[in-house]
Amino acid sequence: MDKLLKYITGSQLWRSVFRHGYPDTPRNRTLAVLSNVVLHLHPVKVRRSGIRLSYTWCMGGLTFFLFLIETITGLLLMFYYRPTAELAYQDIFALREHVPIGVMREVHRWAAHLMVITVWLHMYRVFLTGSYKPPREFNWNVGVILLVITLLLSFTGYLLPWDQLAVWAITVGTNMARATPFLGHEGPGAALISLGGLDFVHAGSDVRFGLLAGRFVGEAALLRFYVLHCLGFPLVAACLMALHFWRVRKDGGISGPL
Amino acid sequence: MGQLIKDLADWFSEPTRYTLLTTGLLAAVLIFRKKLTHPYVFMGVMVGMAGFFLFAWPDKNFNKIITKPDNVPIVILIVSVLYFTWLALRRGVLNDERTKRGEPTLEGELAKKKVFTWPDLVYTELICIVLFTAALMVWSISIQAPIEEPASLARTPNPSKAPWYFLGLQELLVYFDPWIAGVLLPSFIVVGLCAIPYLDTNPKGNGYYTFEERPFAISFFMAGFLLLWVSLVIMGTFLRGPNWSFFGPFEYWDPHKLEPMVNVDLSVLFWVDILGTERPLSPLVRELPGIVLLLGYFVILPPLLGMTLFKKMAKEMGPIRFNILMHLFLWTALVPIKMVLRWTMSLKYFIGIPEWFFNV
Repeated sequence: MDKLLKYITGSQLWRSVFRHGYPDTPRNRTLAVLSNVVLHLHPVKVRRSGIRLSYTWCMGGLTFFLFLIETITGLLLMFYYRPTAELAYQDIFALREHVPIGVMREVHRWAAHLMVITVWLHMYRVFLTGSYKPPREFNWNVGVILLVITLLLSFTGYLLPWDQLAVWAITVGTNMARATPFLGHEGPGAALISLGGLDFVHAGSDVRFGLLAGRFVGEAALLRFYVLHCLGFPLVAACLMALHFWRVRKDGGISGPL
Repeated sequence: MGQLIKDLADWFSEPTRYTLLTTGLLAAVLIFRKKLTHPYVFMGVMVGMAGFFLFAWPDKNFNKIITKPDNVPIVILIVSVLYFTWLALRRGVLNDERTKRGEPTLEGELAKKKVFTWPDLVYTELICIVLFTAALMVWSISIQAPIEEPASLARTPNPSKAPWYFLGLQELLVYFDPWIAGVLLPSFIVVGLCAIPYLDTNPKGNGYYTFEERPFAISFFMAGFLLLWVSLVIMGTFLRGPNWSFFGPFEYWDPHKLEPMVNVDLSVLFWVDILGTERPLSPLVRELPGIVLLLGYFVILPPLLGMTLFKKMAKEMGPIRFNILMHLFLWTALVPIKMVLRWTMSLKYFIGIPEWFFNV
């Protein structure tokens, strides 16, 4: 057994992947973190205070993990979903009716709900431990934008099943945009933006129209939300997450007394 | 006995009492934190909540609203927010006691020691991920994701609700016009959150739990997050039914429940009820009382507060930071103020100029 193990770990194939021995010595533990693209997000050594669960609550890490789950399950769902008013509902319904023990949509939806909660709790913890204070001001701001993007991701995804729940939730949500000052046709100041009695801001040109690509939640809105949900926001979120994690390292490592 | 508890729960769920109760609870927890964060007290609360949950479970109306698939996250939210609030306050109390004795904080003591990421951190992460995945799978197998009837813009469901995380904002629509509830206040939330690190000049409390070293910051943030965000989400999910009427957790969602709409503008209260004349025709004159009131609130109150209640803070922060903080603070405070005035005086608008879509 030992011989076999030694043979495998000594082979060229194994050593081409893992350039260190089993991480039970300081040297190998260092190499395990440094030579792994995922693990090297972490420094080699961390403060004992910062990694206690009762201190960090693990919410930031879990948010990232949930983002990965959403990416994988979302990708699988994309194979079976066509974003048109005619087919969207059918496809979602078929996922439920025709796939035995199909849980991809469930995992995707519940993980999305959880992600909103974990982001909130992560922010709560960062605030309560004062971890936004210098030198981490900028990274707190990146975090706030990531929070907004998480909500937008969830919001755009809410429309995709194209059932009553979806359409009316998005209708209620986007109705607010009508009332944007100056830019929404029912907002204060919108009537001022006119020339010679010609209104520039009306139901067919205001912010809500821009969000929905129409005067109501229709097929154009579905496509728009689909593209933003599957491509636009995840890309922005991924870039900002890279920045967020990088700045954690650059701004003094994970939270702890300085 | 059972019916009495249910009636009591319904009675406390009425918006005025609900808000008073939650606000009072948070204030009590913050003031008497040393006693109330004792683990036994917290365990008692949790056991009590679990007991209430078990007792309420068989009730038809309660069960219907709790087991709606999309409402499960709210139950998770309630439990986790309570738990983590307790945890943070408890650790803060313990750290404050250590600081008083002249010892370093728990985090300060542990921070001296550095450990290897592998295995100390990597294994914690792995265990978290495995447990979390298992829980998520159990949840996904046991509860199906909802799908209702196909989309139809011709049939409006009653109530139509936004996704649960925006229900706090939807609740604000009752008290404010959409341009405030849906555009202005959310913008202020985002801008205000971004501004926090630049407004908070207190260098203490960085990297450890504490309460006494930053009482205003923590109280303000907890009030905003717990009372004006999480609590309103809970209210919007569980207590708002057809026509956005209020229903207790054990009440049947009757779409014909009548709620009188007798809200009046401040201008009516001022010109008609107090002065006994008719309202002037010009909108600006008509709304003068509201305009004066709000200008006073936003222009005179900040320096006044800076000279009295927040004297020390104003001095430490400097005029620009203090004024920005005060405006964010006053907007935050305006939300509950308006809610209370609506419930007690049926106030509709401070300034109501529907001619220009300008109602505050």
